[in-house]
Amino acid sequence: MIEEIIIAGFGGQGVLSMGKILAYSGVMENKEVSWMPSYGPEMRGGTANVSVIISDERISSPVINRFDTAIILNQQSMDKFENAVKENGVLIYDPNGITRKPERTDIDIYTIEASEYAAKAGMSKVFNMVVLGGYLKVKPLVQPEYVRKGLEKSLPARHHSMIPENEKAIEAGKGLIQLVSKKA
Amino acid sequence: MMENIISPENLVYTKTKLMTDKALSYCPGCGHGVVHRMIMETVDEMGIQDKTIGIAPVGCSVLAYDFMNVDMQQAAHGRAPALGTAIKRLMPGKYVFTYQGDGDLAAIGTAETIHCCNRGEDMVMIFINNAIYGMTGGQMAPTTLEGMPSSTSPYGRDVARMGYPLRITEMVAPLAGVYNCSRHSVHTPAAVRKLKRAIRKGFEAQADKKGLTFIEVVSNCNSGWKKTPNDANKWMEENLFPYYPIGDIKIDGKMVA
Amino acid sequence: MEEVKLMKGNEAFAESVIRSGCDGYFGYPITPQSEVMEYLMKEDPEVKRTGMVVLQAESEVSAINMVYGGAGCGKRVMTSSSSPGISLKQEGISYIAGAELPCLILNVARGGPGLGTIQPSQADYFQSVKGGGHGDYRMIVLAPASVQEMADFVPLGFDLAFKYRIAVLILTDGVIGQMMEKVVLPEPRPRWTEEEIIKNTPWATTGKTADRERNIITSLDLDAAKQEQHNYKLAAKYKLIEENEVRCEEIQCDDAEYVIVAYGSAARICQKVADLARAKGIKLGVLRPVTLFPFPKKEIHALAQRVKGMMSVEYSLGQMIEDVQLAAGGTLEVQFYGRVGGMIPTPEEVLEAVENKMVKL
Repeated sequence: MIEEIIIAGFGGQGVLSMGKILAYSGVMENKEVSWMPSYGPEMRGGTANVSVIISDERISSPVINRFDTAIILNQQSMDKFENAVKENGVLIYDPNGITRKPERTDIDIYTIEASEYAAKAGMSKVFNMVVLGGYLKVKPLVQPEYVRKGLEKSLPARHHSMIPENEKAIEAGKGLIQLVSKKA
Repeated sequence: MMENIISPENLVYTKTKLMTDKALSYCPGCGHGVVHRMIMETVDEMGIQDKTIGIAPVGCSVLAYDFMNVDMQQAAHGRAPALGTAIKRLMPGKYVFTYQGDGDLAAIGTAETIHCCNRGEDMVMIFINNAIYGMTGGQMAPTTLEGMPSSTSPYGRDVARMGYPLRITEMVAPLAGVYNCSRHSVHTPAAVRKLKRAIRKGFEAQADKKGLTFIEVVSNCNSGWKKTPNDANKWMEENLFPYYPIGDIKIDGKMVA
Repeated sequence: MEEVKLMKGNEAFAESVIRSGCDGYFGYPITPQSEVMEYLMKEDPEVKRTGMVVLQAESEVSAINMVYGGAGCGKRVMTSSSSPGISLKQEGISYIAGAELPCLILNVARGGPGLGTIQPSQADYFQSVKGGGHGDYRMIVLAPASVQEMADFVPLGFDLAFKYRIAVLILTDGVIGQMMEKVVLPEPRPRWTEEEIIKNTPWATTGKTADRERNIITSLDLDAAKQEQHNYKLAAKYKLIEENEVRCEEIQCDDAEYVIVAYGSAARICQKVADLARAKGIKLGVLRPVTLFPFPKKEIHALAQRVKGMMSVEYSLGQMIEDVQLAAGGTLEVQFYGRVGGMIPTPEEVLEAVENKMVKL
């Protein structure tokens, strides 16, 4: 098994930490992982993205440009990464702020109304975990117990009181994800 | 006859063992040798040879480690304060002194000088100002006086084009990290004694972790100035002292001038 | 068993520094390696852990000269920077080479020349392996290709530095520095005591005691004949290092008909290229130099005798290829593929280059 993922959106949406929690969950399940962010000025307010690889075997290149799954959280990222999804791959996006919907027909496309849900539920801090929950529903790569361990490892101890809220967000995401276009 | 004269009770002076027997490479009349000796006598009298690390610069005193019998490091041009900082931080129980000329300390090493002073490293910085680059053959220094000729200001320093002579000692004195700051000379016995007292005070201040002691010595460069030793000293009194006044600027953390 | 952690390369490196008995770190901020000093300052080992000094200097120039001063005292000291900052350090590195001081230097390289870009680059290869500053000298250059190696090469680097009294450069880039991978951190080892330093580095300026002559740390000898002898002594040391310290990794080279030579993160990309190539029936292997100086000349020469094609893949306009070609000798013409300016080649485009430049010839 090898899963190559890109998570892309605005800086501040929790893109990098979502990737980190996913990667740490993989570590807890004794899988090989890599987490490779875009870095530099573009981190500050602009677009942010991170490639995460989870694999049963030693990972060769941490730098990848074709993805099994793309998680897209803004229009710029949709423009940049829609065509980078491998054939038969998965694209998940939050429709909030998306002005041009994806057009691929050779992949499975899902939506997750995570920002709307998080705002209504007063959970905007864990918006990214709602998205992660949706992803894990589609690709149950890591078991919930390891996700919890991943949260414990990724979050600083002073934020451990937030773990239940994070888990609640993940559960909510699992219910929010919707298949909108199945590959032809 | 000689046997009667050479006896312990007639001894009036002996060279400190902390100066090596190697003949000084400095020009006759140069102040470097005296300043070296004052530092080594201080180290000797305090009994801290095994705790003292010196840092030699680039310039005439690059070979200071040939003459001073303590552990020494030779620094890249201008960087002695950086070496000194690391040495003192890593061995806080030792005594550290840097020894630099005007080009080294006040031109190429200005950043290191100011930041070392500003951090208040517990060390002694000795700054020899002879208003010229001696070793490389008499080029203009940051401290060369207005109108003073040098091999790179052959018609005299034109301040409109070459900038003004830099009083870096007055610049570093107000910095909070500087505990003592003074300007000296070594052209008279009284002046030499004053310098030695300042060095001692500086070594004691670093033991007490009070901060940095900055000591400028206005000195001569007979060869670079193209004067006899006597004429050079006279010229120094008449020309350098008015611009670089001798005396204390900051003592025990308080500005006094 | 030691706990498996998920860490950035820069952070794993910094943690390993504390665990390696390092006495002092002197640095100046520059992207993409600022996490090293940030991590060290946050850990505050001087107060909270080992007593190791961490100091933010006023410049890279000052930082490398602090390293000189500390190394001259027999301390385990280091600095880190990225390409423009490493250029500034070259004078100090040359003095360190001349004075034969042990130290560790990290370069998380970025694209140049000039201010260039903050993205990954291998364009500092020449600067790293041929000297970089003035004078005839070398550094041992280690090129980690994973977060684990970022951690492991710290104690290794310090050990090599003190074994040979030489500067050890860890040359990496933002891919390795910024990425997170699993890492098992090295077992902590204590800093040397004052007595151990005097025993291990009898040449260091630790204060002249009655039982020895004064110690002098200098790179100066005004007597040309003596300086020449010093240069010959350095040359003998570099030769010894070339004989004893070559490290490289051969990946799928046993049955390879074609070989890519690549180091650091580029070698990781090329491993994927080898997998893609083999799926297409092309027997491709990867030789990864782990030490760039000493360079794995013998290993490359041996491969060159039996493969049909060899290619150097770098994030540069072609620097390591000169050493690969020299090592290969006249047996075959070494091909090249590179991206520059902070761009990273994709596995697919390297595969295309392999097919066009090697296989179809």
